[in-house]
Amino acid sequence: MIGSATPAEAAAAEVSAPRARGPWTGRAAMLATYAVAAIVLFGAAPAMLTDFRLRMLAQFLCVAMVAVGIGLAWGSGGMLTLGQGLFFGLGAYIMAMHLQLSSAGPSGRPAFMVTGSDLPWWWELFRSPATALLGIVAVPGLLALLLGLSVFRRRVKGAYFAILSQASAAAFALLLISQQNTIGGSNGLSSFRQFFGFALNDPVNRRMLYFIAAGVLIAMVAVVHQLRRSRYGELLTAVRDGEERARFLGYDTAMVKVVAYVVAAVFAAIGGALFVPIVGIISPQNVGVVPSIGFLVGVAVGGRATLFGPVLGSLAVSYAGSTLSEQIESGWVYVQGFLFILVVAFLPGGLGSIAAVVRSRRRRPAADELPRGVPEPDAPDPEPTPADVRSGGA
Amino acid sequence: MREDYLEIRDLRVEFDGFVAVDGVNLTVLQGDLRFLIGPNGAGKTTLVDAVTGLVPATGSARLDGVQLLGKSVHRIARSGVGRTFQTASVFEQLTVLQNLDIAAGAARNWRTLLRARSGIPPTVELAMETTGLTALRDRPAGELAHGQKQWLEIGMLLVQNATVLFLDEPVAGMSGEEREQTGELLRRIRRDHVVIVVEHDMQFLRSYADSVTVLASGKVLAEGTYAQVQADPRVQEVYLGPGHTAEPAPALGEVL
Amino acid sequence: MDAVLGQLYAGLSLGSVLLLIALGLTLTFGQMGVINMAHGEFLMAGAYTTYVVQQVVGGAGLSLLIALPLAFLVGGLLGVLLETTLISRLYSRPLDTLLVTWGVALVLQQLARDVFGAPAVEVRTPEWLKGNVDLFGAPFTKGRLFILGLALTAVLVLGVVLRYTALGRRIRAVVQSRGLAETSGIDTRATDRLTFFIGSGLAGIAGVALTLIASTQPYMGQTYIVDAFLVVVAGGVGRVRGAVLMAFGLGVLQATFAYSQSVSTAKVLLLICVIAFLQVRPQGLFSVKSRSLV
Repeated sequence: MIGSATPAEAAAAEVSAPRARGPWTGRAAMLATYAVAAIVLFGAAPAMLTDFRLRMLAQFLCVAMVAVGIGLAWGSGGMLTLGQGLFFGLGAYIMAMHLQLSSAGPSGRPAFMVTGSDLPWWWELFRSPATALLGIVAVPGLLALLLGLSVFRRRVKGAYFAILSQASAAAFALLLISQQNTIGGSNGLSSFRQFFGFALNDPVNRRMLYFIAAGVLIAMVAVVHQLRRSRYGELLTAVRDGEERARFLGYDTAMVKVVAYVVAAVFAAIGGALFVPIVGIISPQNVGVVPSIGFLVGVAVGGRATLFGPVLGSLAVSYAGSTLSEQIESGWVYVQGFLFILVVAFLPGGLGSIAAVVRSRRRRPAADELPRGVPEPDAPDPEPTPADVRSGGA
Repeated sequence: MREDYLEIRDLRVEFDGFVAVDGVNLTVLQGDLRFLIGPNGAGKTTLVDAVTGLVPATGSARLDGVQLLGKSVHRIARSGVGRTFQTASVFEQLTVLQNLDIAAGAARNWRTLLRARSGIPPTVELAMETTGLTALRDRPAGELAHGQKQWLEIGMLLVQNATVLFLDEPVAGMSGEEREQTGELLRRIRRDHVVIVVEHDMQFLRSYADSVTVLASGKVLAEGTYAQVQADPRVQEVYLGPGHTAEPAPALGEVL
Repeated sequence: MDAVLGQLYAGLSLGSVLLLIALGLTLTFGQMGVINMAHGEFLMAGAYTTYVVQQVVGGAGLSLLIALPLAFLVGGLLGVLLETTLISRLYSRPLDTLLVTWGVALVLQQLARDVFGAPAVEVRTPEWLKGNVDLFGAPFTKGRLFILGLALTAVLVLGVVLRYTALGRRIRAVVQSRGLAETSGIDTRATDRLTFFIGSGLAGIAGVALTLIASTQPYMGQTYIVDAFLVVVAGGVGRVRGAVLMAFGLGVLQATFAYSQSVSTAKVLLLICVIAFLQVRPQGLFSVKSRSLV
């Protein structure tokens, strides 16, 4: 009977027993982490930072929202989304169109538009606050659904998916640049005066924007947290590591991946939408290939497969970027480049995994310790079994 | 209760002009522990691939009268066809429990999926007991020993709620005692499943097969009980080459 | 008729540039599975090599001829350096390779900026490549004709090398079965390096060619790299023939779209076409080994 455990198994069970932490300790630690995050973001930061620095932090929070989504899609789901600028940009431009229309008054025209040219029909869609807010979520969400279904259903994955998503961001940026008359071309959209009725030059309202960004970011982390610990999260990881196997268990794996991809897209879009009133300008430079990869840097540095890694990494990289480039402009590019190279090549678990890597190095070679983006299928190499050869002649 | 059956008719698989499976007819009933054997390249795994939707095929493969060919892999799986792989394919980063829970959950709706698992589903609990993995529940599957991984895969097959079970070399690399346990398990599950085992191990085959189908060059060469197949001169020829018909069964195992 | 020919020529010209870049990628990405985002920067290095040679030699014609082999060498050596230091550690992690090489690209761009300055440098076109030739009644600039010739020559040479030489056989053997190649006495590491040398060298040559029609500046590689990857993806992995067809196909398609629409609309339509194409022919984009899945 198989049910009887061998001595080896029993020993293994003893070793693994302390691993299983009680649900309460885990939950308490998590709650404490959220509490600390809330205190820092809602209490300490606004109390200690100047208005200028707070605005900068708000901007970083928007970028971190994109990172949270990438953490889910890439870290848990193995989809390297190199084109998040597309969704970030869609959210941002829809918000920017709405803000320009509302700043210009009920019948007015956006500031950049040449007199004489007509307002395109799709601007009108986002004149009302309700449709604008709906559009910020629905347009990128539906596009991600469409893109995701069309590539995942055809089993396009790994590097091919990464390149296609990158190409989509590149094409989107070019499209924006070419639309000088309708969407501001390479100058983008700027000079927004009000945000849903609140004047944007009022410092109190700017603070409110910061609080909105902080609240939204924490909510997003909580959503990803729930997704990761749910059965769906386990399934997503299973699909990442063995998509074919999951298919043979009866799962429509394309749908599993699409959900994470759409969530990541919507998060990026919301980040973009909040970026606009906080920074005051959105242009094609914020959405192309380079910023799209830029979103990834923080995720990689912080640890793609962890819950808080993407947020912390993204904030740290944004901060380092703004501080270093204030002092030495070209220096930051080198630092960013080398940091990225070193972390991805030698610490794929992110900076947070240093301790774990050192510990496991001491115990044993840490070759397979870290989460891999794309696990290579093993060579089909059924081991010859001596028992087989001998059994017949015995 | 009516009996389940798998009926394969004139199944053909072609890769770029090479015919891997050439007009196979095969019927397996519930309660019949069927072994599929044949020399390397006979088309055994390709046949399983075709029925499970991995490679396109012509002909027909019906489960209780329902056509399987032409459906996508996950739909075939949901119709009640499960399989294991020559190299144990489990989700290495997930624990034993998570592996089994995922295998048991293809029919779950989104509301259930978006919640965390609370408690262990009874079928999963049972599968862990049956496969002796209860103590290793929270172990990542990647840390399991070779034989344990194979059992985990069999466990996943059990909780998958499949009607037809394909097992591709389930006892490869297992010790004698482990083989015995696996064989007993197969005997038990064949009562309410259609079970088809691809296997090279003649000793195992002799002990547990109810019936045997021999494939060679993509065609069915012989079918019957172990004794019938063993006595068939064509089978001996395929395995041993022409002129070696004198020596009977035990030698079969020796060459494999 | 002239308009149609004009578009066709524009398409062929764009296609030949894409082809030169994609050929190198066919080797490094297609055959070795390495996604080298710094490939565009090897191209940039080739273009700057032309500039430097021109500064030293003077004559535009002579320096172009010197720059071609030299840029091949420069691109190739950069490639080998990258392969041995970083990529060789990442063969089992293709997505991470992509990210790491992007970091390298970033550093190389900044390096070029610091050495040569951010504005484009002037590379003179040789007299004999100036002006147009009349082909079937429509003008074709000599520079673009030269690039077309260069691209076709590169395809031919690469095809011959891969098919008929011992080196080519070794490369194909390693691609098809690394383990088997190793046991039959092929030094797979040396073959990897050599493959990377040739692939990256081709990028250097593409850089020389680009100086004839585009400005030489630190970010020039980024302009073409995404399109070149699309060519390789749509053409089928590691297929020189696929790369040739796709490069010219996409080139002509883009020129046609650009004629009726704008250049950027053309890019968007092109991307949609590639995604639609992959719906019909995803072959080569995935491979399934049924005996072991995970």
